[in-house]
Amino acid sequence: MSFARDIPKKAIHYSLPLPGGGLGWGLWLLLVVVPAVASPVLAADAGRVPKPAIEAGRGEKCVESTEFMRKNHMELLKHQRDETMHKGIRTTKYSLNGCIECHASRKNDSVVGSQQNFCQSCHSYAAVKLDCFECHASKPKASAARAAPRQAGDAQRVTGQAAK
Amino acid sequence: MNETDRSPDQPEAMSRRQFIGWGAAAVAGLAIAPGVTLFDLAHGRPAAEAASDKVRWGMLIDTNLCGTGCNDCVTACSRENHLSGGLKPTDSQWIRKMELKDLRSGKTHSLPMLCQHCEHPPCVDVCPTGASFKRADGIVLVDRHICIGCRYCMMACPYKARSFVHEEVTGQNPDVPRGKGTVESCTLCVHRIDRDRTPACVEACAAAGRNAMIFGDLNDPRSEISKRIATYTTTQVRADLALNTAVRYQGI
Repeated sequence: MSFARDIPKKAIHYSLPLPGGGLGWGLWLLLVVVPAVASPVLAADAGRVPKPAIEAGRGEKCVESTEFMRKNHMELLKHQRDETMHKGIRTTKYSLNGCIECHASRKNDSVVGSQQNFCQSCHSYAAVKLDCFECHASKPKASAARAAPRQAGDAQRVTGQAAK
Repeated sequence: MNETDRSPDQPEAMSRRQFIGWGAAAVAGLAIAPGVTLFDLAHGRPAAEAASDKVRWGMLIDTNLCGTGCNDCVTACSRENHLSGGLKPTDSQWIRKMELKDLRSGKTHSLPMLCQHCEHPPCVDVCPTGASFKRADGIVLVDRHICIGCRYCMMACPYKARSFVHEEVTGQNPDVPRGKGTVESCTLCVHRIDRDRTPACVEACAAAGRNAMIFGDLNDPRSEISKRIATYTTTQVRADLALNTAVRYQGI
């Protein structure tokens, strides 16, 4: 006996429950029709998984199209990283610093830190670990420079030798 | 990429660079004597061009000019690279001041000690992952994307030049990434060199009016550093190891 002939016989046909007598139509409306109509609307409004909040960049246009960047930004960054690290090529088009300059949030001046921030919101949505910023600064150069004097002051205090 | 795309390498920037190039050439035309110029013009490398092995960056430190008690180079390094500047065993030290004393005469003098950027670096020899490497222009670096933090390089280095990052780092300089679990050391301020600037320590030493540190191309016989090395007796620390260091000292 072959399986091919078996399958149609064993197939189960699912069907919607049809209204019977008495309470029938009212109950059917409440249990089947209302949820079926309402659920797609609910899913779009507040689904179980919140959609990433993407804040528009500060520049006019990204270095490549949005579709391309969504799929390939990691390849561009990795290529640039090796070029810069090993060859000293410091073109700015695909540099991580370039991304940060443009995509740092207007609220906290960073690309990570809250679920509203550009890098973090998408990465947590996609459940992809984001470890660039364990070493790299997550803020643009200007704001990093503002933070610098505090550190230099600390250095002088610890070594106990004042700068001339 | 189409015409309207916003690119940071804009034609305006190029024309400005070109203009500066012509200006520099004009200054070179006014040079004092053949082969002697006020400025070292040889190293304007464009951002898109890879570092070349025609250049070997080096440093000459005149310990007679280095001030005992002066810590400016160390402070400048900490500021530039966002190091804590602390002296705990777990704090990173990319450059440190050493005091030397002649026991017979009691004469003391001091010098800064940093990564010597060897031609044959032992740290590169021992690295199991290839993270420790020497760039074409002689700068010895750690690729922390590859570093696993095993610290073999720290044991191999005869100059104790490398540090391990023990704790999480925040507020880095965007040009100088640093992170927990990796080894780091003096980069000769590679991010500044690539933009035609001198290392922060050298700049600070000059700003303090000491000029004990000079930076330049060891391969270029016309550079200030090469001329000094050709004129005066200079020393490589632990020359017996035949590592051919790029950092040389005068007066020790």
